[in-house]
Amino acid sequence: MTVSYIMRKYWWKILAILFVTYGIIGGFLMPAPDNIGILGKTIRNLNFHVPMWFTMIILLFISLIYSLMYLASGDLKKDSMSSSMVKVAMLFGLMGLATGSFWARFTWGTWWIEDAKLNGAAIAMLIYTAYYILRNSIEDEIKRAKFSSVYNLFAFPIYIVLIIVYPRMAETSLHPASGDTVGFSTLDLDNNLRKVFYLSGLGWILMGVWLSTLKYRLTELKRKNEEI
Amino acid sequence: MRKYSILLLALSLSAVAQSPVDEVMYSSGKIYVVVAVLVIIFTLLAAYLVRLDKKITALEKKNEA
Repeated sequence: MTVSYIMRKYWWKILAILFVTYGIIGGFLMPAPDNIGILGKTIRNLNFHVPMWFTMIILLFISLIYSLMYLASGDLKKDSMSSSMVKVAMLFGLMGLATGSFWARFTWGTWWIEDAKLNGAAIAMLIYTAYYILRNSIEDEIKRAKFSSVYNLFAFPIYIVLIIVYPRMAETSLHPASGDTVGFSTLDLDNNLRKVFYLSGLGWILMGVWLSTLKYRLTELKRKNEEI
Repeated sequence: MRKYSILLLALSLSAVAQSPVDEVMYSSGKIYVVVAVLVIIFTLLAAYLVRLDKKITALEKKNEA
């Protein structure tokens, strides 16, 4: 049961599709606490906005593992997997920022506001943008892999601090579960949100992993063809 | 291609007929229509991903040979 074997299997991809479809249907139609303050029915965005960030975090974590594996083995395939994960993670990060901004406009009344959670997330994105600038600026394959793997080791802890720790330590915040605010788990008294949110989240994570492995397989094909 | 045209025909026929599906779709301010639209978009997107996956698998096999 190697990774490259599981990567080519379909069962978990089918699960990804089923879970996300369930999330879409459930996100609209399930009973939910629809009358909490400025949130109104937008509380259902929980099923779509938050999984973007979960997926990003998981993909970046897997990327970190692959960076470590590259540094331990010197196998360029590991580095290739690591960078594919970061690329797809950035896509999910952008979707997280965009959906969050849109959500903020119609609850807080603004597209963007100086807030620990928002600024933290924005800077976190810049850290991985720098990862790409670093990668693209090095021609030599091995040097590129080494530099970006080491950079990745430092980037991930800083990313986690910016996106989770720093917003929590802030005195005030508008964003749930940061500063002085509570998370949605305290609003979900009869567990209606959880029934959809957990599976929906898992589905999006699997979708992210699927996309990353496709990106990886394509990169590897390209690399092999260039060698010939 | 014939397979798809039969499917399309079946879909268009079911759209004309008054069915329990219509009852659901017209209820609750037609929100189910929105849900169905999103499900269609996501299903097609997922199907495209599956196709892409299969194409890459085929390329990989060709490369190994």
